[in-house]
Amino acid sequence: MSMKHYMIRVILPILFTALPAGLVAADSVRIGFVTTLTTPAGVIGADMKNSVELALEHIGNKMGGLDVELIIEDDGFKPDIGKQKTDKLVKQDDVHFVTGFIWSHVLLASRQSALDSGKFLISANAGPSKMAGVLCHENFFSTSWQNDQTPMAMGAYLTQQGIESLYIMVPNYAAGKDMLSGTESTFQGEVVGRDLTKWGADAQLDFSAELAKAKASGAEGLFVFYPGKAGGAFIRQYQQAGLQDVLPLYSVFTVDSINLPRFQDAGMSGVLGSKMTMFWSPDLDTPGNRRFVSAYLDKHGKYPSFYGAQSYDAIMLIHSAVEAVGGNLDDKDGIRAALKAANFESVRGPYLYGNNHMPIQNFYLREVVEDEAGRWTTRIVDTVFENHQDPYAAECQM
Amino acid sequence: MDWSLLLTQLMNGLQLGLLLFLLASGLTLIFGIMDFINLSHGSFYMIGAYFCGSIVARGGSFLVAVLVALVGMFIVGALIERVIARRLYRADHLDHVLATFGLILIFDAIVHIVWGPSGMAIPLPAILDGQVTLGSLVLPTYRLVIISGGLLVAAILSVLVTRSRLGMMIRAGASNRTMAEALGVNIHKLFLIVFAIGATMSGFAGMLIAPITEASIGMGNDIIIIAFVVVIVGGIGSIKGAFHASILIGLIDTLGRSYLDDLLKIFMSLDYAETAAPALSAMLVYILMAVVLAFRPQGLFPPAGIRA
Repeated sequence: MSMKHYMIRVILPILFTALPAGLVAADSVRIGFVTTLTTPAGVIGADMKNSVELALEHIGNKMGGLDVELIIEDDGFKPDIGKQKTDKLVKQDDVHFVTGFIWSHVLLASRQSALDSGKFLISANAGPSKMAGVLCHENFFSTSWQNDQTPMAMGAYLTQQGIESLYIMVPNYAAGKDMLSGTESTFQGEVVGRDLTKWGADAQLDFSAELAKAKASGAEGLFVFYPGKAGGAFIRQYQQAGLQDVLPLYSVFTVDSINLPRFQDAGMSGVLGSKMTMFWSPDLDTPGNRRFVSAYLDKHGKYPSFYGAQSYDAIMLIHSAVEAVGGNLDDKDGIRAALKAANFESVRGPYLYGNNHMPIQNFYLREVVEDEAGRWTTRIVDTVFENHQDPYAAECQM
Repeated sequence: MDWSLLLTQLMNGLQLGLLLFLLASGLTLIFGIMDFINLSHGSFYMIGAYFCGSIVARGGSFLVAVLVALVGMFIVGALIERVIARRLYRADHLDHVLATFGLILIFDAIVHIVWGPSGMAIPLPAILDGQVTLGSLVLPTYRLVIISGGLLVAAILSVLVTRSRLGMMIRAGASNRTMAEALGVNIHKLFLIVFAIGATMSGFAGMLIAPITEASIGMGNDIIIIAFVVVIVGGIGSIKGAFHASILIGLIDTLGRSYLDDLLKIFMSLDYAETAAPALSAMLVYILMAVVLAFRPQGLFPPAGIRA
């Protein structure tokens, strides 16, 4: 190969691929957001996207004087696709922050792609136990919770209520198992039966066999975790089986602002009064939350979900960190310290980060009610845990 | 042994089996008679659910919605056959798979555009939304509706196939297409009718399940794989085979989910049993298929005239 050919074939392409990233690096903050936009779980992604866009409106699309460039990617509810998209964000788009992630198995698969290339990874939902414990990382932060915490609060509440026997149904994947261990760690009665049902793109949606078992078990309560479309299917079948009067339902991440309007349209009044635990609720009275919820209601005519609240917080957290270093994105230590300080107006009110970069925060008992405008939503009834830290923090060497 | 639980689970298995039959009977006819692999058969299941849901949402009663949607499904099926499937019969199986996989994507995208990504809950009339008590059994009324609906269609189909002239032609087509054609059966018309009936039954299954699981994008893609297993286990082209294999697979799946963990607990630890049981019960139907393929590759009830 002659020198001229060598120039054309080898050096020029390298220059062209290297240049754009180098040129734009200085004038914008690039944020990659991985969520699910297709499949029925796409409604969750849509709510997160709405909330991220709202956050960017609230900060005028600027962070530390720089423009924000948001790149949203669809993981298709699949860990392998999620990892591919993360690779693309990290290598091709050269983002500074990777955030989003609804699903624990998608986050676990994508984790290394983001962290190994020195990017900041901020989970806006998934909180698998491994990433809070042995796999904790200095550049990984969460604006949600560790998976075990919400069911731990539920287990504590059930014990408080004097419930002595419980039947548990969860999907068979990373988060489902965390929910199971979370509830069992604080629930002091007897767990009389457990079902782990098939999960993923072809998840099991007909729960007739499991509900029949749960009923036959004679348990005093039924604890479930069915996020996304499985939640709607589950609640319907629970009602159709006439279990409301026999087997009271306690859930986490199953009834939310995304499916409540649908339940209301379908007249499923059995869900009113149903109780769940959570770190947040649309009626939580903090300045950040009032601003977020009222703006979301004005813009979209419905309540945001917790997925949205966490996504809004993820952008606000990144905003606070980029502001703190004055837009100097090369100052990784400065950004990390600012992220860790969590010095921003979170929807949940002020909170601290533990050694593993999971929030130390309150958990509330909330109930499904009808608001003044006749919309079904959730309202906080009680505080179950104050400043609660997840049980895996001790396993984190940081 | 809790007998009422076992009985409940048998009913649940029967319900799942009958739903599978509604899907698989059309699939087996299309596969058996036209030698056409239609992966998008599950899309009709989804479209049926959305049709029915839209009519209910506009204030129609559930029964009326089902009847209107059934007519709609027949038209959709006939249209797809006329416009797309007919061009593909001469192509080989790989082309069928590619083209109908494309159809799945197109149908999913259409549903996404027309009805949005969030899925659709279909309210039931109060009379169907309750429970029925049979002795010590308490069953959701609607599950019994699915069972009776499935049995009714199976009965109609059986009369149609074994007693009517159309059925004779269908059976002739399934046994030996060339001979049927040579004897003067209008194969174009027959294909159109069979395809449309298949689409209608698939849509009917979708309408029946949607009030339980909600209508959602891609709902048919999950179940179509099992429907193919039914077709293979039952014997390609055989309605009778599809019926028996559907019930068998419905029962295996349901009873596997209900009792396998108890069974595994006898010889492994609780944690392993609980993790292994759902995985294993999901595999059971495929294990059955593998066994059938190994020992009786023509299926359990192959149509007359088909030899291994």
